[in-house]
Amino acid sequence: MMTKPKALILLAHGTNRDQDAAEALTLAGAAPETVPLNLLREGRRRFDEYQMLVLPGGFSYADALGAGKLLAIDLRAYFSDQIQAFVASGRPVIGICNGFQALVKAGLLPGGTLTFNAGGRFECRWVTLRPVSAACIWTRGLEDLIACPVAHGEGNFQASEPLLSALRSGDQIALTYVLPDGSPAEGAYPANPNGSLLDIAGLCNPAGNVLGLMPHPENHIHPWQHPLWTRRAGGRSGLPLFENGVRYAAQL
Amino acid sequence: MPVYRFIVRFRRADDPRSVGLLADAHALGFTALTRLECQDLVFIEGQLSPEECQQLALSLLIDPLTQVAEWRAWPAPPADPPPGALVVEVALRPGVTDPVADEIVRAAGELGFAGLRRASTGLRFVLEGLQAEAAERLADGLLANGVIQRWTVGEIPPSFPQQSASSGEVAQIPLRQADAEGLLAVSRARRAALDLAEMQAIQAYFRRQGREPTDVEFETIAQTWSEHCVHKTFKALIEVEDLAGGQAFTVNGLFQTYIRAATEKIAAPWVLSAFVDNAGIIDLDGENEISFKVETHNHPSAIEPFGGANTGVGGVIRDVLGVSHKPVANTDVLCFGMQTASCDDLPAGVLHPRRILSGVVAGVQDYGNKMGIPTVNGAILFDPGYAANPLVFCGTVGIAPRRLHPRQPRRGDRVVVLGGGTGRDGLRGATFSSMTMDAQTGEVAGASVQIGNPIVEKGLVDVILPARDRRLYTAITDCGAGGLSSAVGEMAAGLGCEVELAHVRLKYPGLAPWEIWLSEAQERMVLAVPPQNLPALRELCAVHNVDLMDLGEFTGSGRLVVRYRGRVVLDLDNQFLHHGLPQRRLRAVVGRHPPLSSRPSAAGETVSASRLTDSLLALLAHPNIASKAEVIRIYDHEVQGGTAVKPLTGVQMDAPSDACVLRPLGARGQAGIALANGINPEYGKRDAYRMAMAVVDEAVRNLVAVGADPGRIALLDNFCWGDPLRPETLGALVEAARGCHDAALLFGAPFISGKDSLNNEYLGADGQRHAIPPTLLISSIGVMADVRRAVTMDLKEAGNLLYLAGEFAPTFGGSHFDLIASEGGRLPVAGEPVPAVSAVTPRVYAALHRTIAAGLVRAAHDLSEGGLAVAAAEMCIGGRLGLDLDLPPGDPLRLLFGETTGCLLVEVAPQQAEAFEAAFHGLPLGKLGRVAETPALTVSAGGRPLFRLPVSDLVAAWNTPLR
Repeated sequence: MMTKPKALILLAHGTNRDQDAAEALTLAGAAPETVPLNLLREGRRRFDEYQMLVLPGGFSYADALGAGKLLAIDLRAYFSDQIQAFVASGRPVIGICNGFQALVKAGLLPGGTLTFNAGGRFECRWVTLRPVSAACIWTRGLEDLIACPVAHGEGNFQASEPLLSALRSGDQIALTYVLPDGSPAEGAYPANPNGSLLDIAGLCNPAGNVLGLMPHPENHIHPWQHPLWTRRAGGRSGLPLFENGVRYAAQL
Repeated sequence: MPVYRFIVRFRRADDPRSVGLLADAHALGFTALTRLECQDLVFIEGQLSPEECQQLALSLLIDPLTQVAEWRAWPAPPADPPPGALVVEVALRPGVTDPVADEIVRAAGELGFAGLRRASTGLRFVLEGLQAEAAERLADGLLANGVIQRWTVGEIPPSFPQQSASSGEVAQIPLRQADAEGLLAVSRARRAALDLAEMQAIQAYFRRQGREPTDVEFETIAQTWSEHCVHKTFKALIEVEDLAGGQAFTVNGLFQTYIRAATEKIAAPWVLSAFVDNAGIIDLDGENEISFKVETHNHPSAIEPFGGANTGVGGVIRDVLGVSHKPVANTDVLCFGMQTASCDDLPAGVLHPRRILSGVVAGVQDYGNKMGIPTVNGAILFDPGYAANPLVFCGTVGIAPRRLHPRQPRRGDRVVVLGGGTGRDGLRGATFSSMTMDAQTGEVAGASVQIGNPIVEKGLVDVILPARDRRLYTAITDCGAGGLSSAVGEMAAGLGCEVELAHVRLKYPGLAPWEIWLSEAQERMVLAVPPQNLPALRELCAVHNVDLMDLGEFTGSGRLVVRYRGRVVLDLDNQFLHHGLPQRRLRAVVGRHPPLSSRPSAAGETVSASRLTDSLLALLAHPNIASKAEVIRIYDHEVQGGTAVKPLTGVQMDAPSDACVLRPLGARGQAGIALANGINPEYGKRDAYRMAMAVVDEAVRNLVAVGADPGRIALLDNFCWGDPLRPETLGALVEAARGCHDAALLFGAPFISGKDSLNNEYLGADGQRHAIPPTLLISSIGVMADVRRAVTMDLKEAGNLLYLAGEFAPTFGGSHFDLIASEGGRLPVAGEPVPAVSAVTPRVYAALHRTIAAGLVRAAHDLSEGGLAVAAAEMCIGGRLGLDLDLPPGDPLRLLFGETTGCLLVEVAPQQAEAFEAAFHGLPLGKLGRVAETPALTVSAGGRPLFRLPVSDLVAAWNTPLR
């Protein structure tokens, strides 16, 4: 069998879903390593030693001045070239929740912003996602809906009309919020938990190897994590997304 | 050095923060307010060109898509407020922790703004429709809290910490010649909360020493001997008089006699640590151990709800770090005054219960979410008695591989502090929390409120767990009440140590040595580190942005010696400091229960269907019973991926779980942790002994309901009481402790940790004492062999049978039916005693557990507030299915709404019925009815229809907002 892709899980000051992501990547067949940001700054670890990059959820720098904002400044200040090269090489990158916010604010995903939830509060609840992009290597070929939790206060994706149509035409809308039966949420709470335009839950870059998403598929990788498992429903529907990314990294 | 003032506002005026505040203002009665816009203020000190200001705003201070910024040099002539509007500005008091300002300075450096020196933040409110006088009341009542903030109508100056000269002042406190009054005067003047006997013990010690104490020494003794730190009342010798005619008796320490005694009699082999460490520890699966600790943070939350609750959570997380465990779950149980209270009914100096609730909940949310610890279990209760004295119970569960936690500092080890800098925050918190509050407390004790910084504490977790695995330290404890004085003092209680305060990193200069030693600045841990391990620990800290301070060493002298710049400012004999406290002698009276109300009974009254349906809907809508979803959902209960049974469950994920079940990632196998609690102030007001029995039973029952093994349940006790110097109040405490003992033995459930918070009283400006209802929280932690056997409370399938398991003895004493009946002004029921716990109950739980483990049970839910009817209704809500119930003979009101202990409703598939009933042979078990496809709760008595309610009506009532 082929060797497991090494995944760099970036641990910034205030990252807290790193172990959740590590568990998902391990189950998906990768060899994850959680690396504190300072080790990369000091050059004791390099991005190009890894085949995958994961920016997990959390509250980097306490989300001071806006979620992901200060981590984005770190990424630009210290790792701009390394990350550009990593992305250009086509290796899979995923930013979840706070990681998504940082990727957007660091310009590694198309403009727009993730602002405060329309409801005005942090919210933790399970949502249903439809993988829609064939361009995104993480969602490509995924047929089934994904059930997993959101847990954020700033996940409301807003963008200009031109950008939105560019995202549509570029097949960059990777995941959308839908009703449990798969029909579109059409902005209606709680299926769309934060008021994101076009029910956008996740986006990818034009090349399709960088995915950012607000929900947490890494928290639905065991059957007993699903809220209705005692009703014999659900079942690790968060895992295939990671298996997709790992498979892609393995054949690079 | 120039200062620039930036105003950051949202492009759209209806940003959620402003909308929320406007709603709160209206709810507080400021209905004239037509518009409220909340903006951010940032003050920057430094040499910046106009271009740099522009760049700073764009690249750091705003989200260009949603926000705009304007700035100008400060001071400058104030800009006119928008026409027809008033402006209120708010800034933190100098020295109050301002994490955002710290991040601005750090990030600006990264971005190359070399000229930027300091930053400070604030808030700006644009108000329309209010007169100046009303705007000032709004600022006071909602927009600012004088304890940590300044506010003004118009423009506010920035809050840069005062650059006062560093102070080495040490005062002598003349005690040796003082008479009784003089001693008490010293205790009062320094807010030490010490009584005469204690002051005399201190006096005698220093007479023997032939000198006066320094302020550092006196403050250290006051903290170490505070109720908060040593629990004097629970160790006191109590003479108990029984007014009911029973024998007078003596209790030599409530804790020894009742709490610890129960644990020792049960002697469970799976209890690995009880009462000795920062948290209780039990075995999980032979490989891993789990810890649990619950703390209260009541007084701080009363005067600064956000900061008080925030640091309450942070503190209990450090307790779990203090046993070298990884925090895997938080719990929170909150008690507030009625949200509908009118401001005029509140004692002077008291924040409105609405504001306390929103502040406390936001504080819990902020710390737990940012630490990445799921908040998975809790409760929220309302009673007018909590208006001036809210209760905030914060709990944390931890996990670690067995036998990794080191407990023995060695001679020569370094005294090391990890974490944040030290300021004046939280001075004298321990003594403050041991005193009755008054209208001035907010101002006087402002310094007693700490502000949390969860990201700093997250760094501590990231450092301490690997440091533990690499055996880098020999002992660890957290800095809580009393700050370094308690933490270092306790760790050095055996060996003694010598420390240098000048090595403590300060947030700002000017602290006197006693302030450094006593400060309760958050996010600090104290470790004993062998010198050869120091470099490795330093390196680990650097990687995770954690500060390390090396203060001194453990000497083996048996003395606690503290220096400041070389000069000895404290030199105390540990024997005296930790064992010199005289035992308190207190008087208690028991047997004087409040007279049971002589109100006429409802018995015999013909009960109409509408009386029954109205009562059920009113109970479901009662704030103590109604859905807490609006609070639960702002807590992250999924992070760490271990939450197998969630706080809200059922098809619509909106029904109340009896307990939560966790399968912590990292623990191999399928073993899980179950968490629940029991609390009932209504019972506490009437009969403290039965209340304690009932809440232990409830805490155990909730765990059994989800599938936890009743033979593997440990308990935590948290007593929140009034002034124990009042004999009746202390008597109730004695009764409650006795109830804890008897219940623990009945269920074979040992206590592993506990805490008491006394003097929960408020001396209003009206001269009235406002005491809380006697409140005992029992938190329970259980183990289940396989989380995949867990059961939830939602009805699963039409056609299944519904059983009532347990000794069903419904009564109205302290029941919520009694509450709503009297509130409703209808014919109330007669006063009755509160429910007792039946001796058969443990066998019922054991039988239920066997059937759950065997997979015979589809759903189980316990009967608690609101009785059988509410439990059945909640199961219908969970499954969006109906129930057809037929009651046994008796008064329907009592059967439906009376409250009992020891009972659960259990759903069983017909093909399992025989095996299920066999397991209950010889135990109380009754068949109540069936699950119905039609979503309606249908109740009859002996075949005679009583009422029918659509589940949609139940859902609507249950989802009544808490407001």
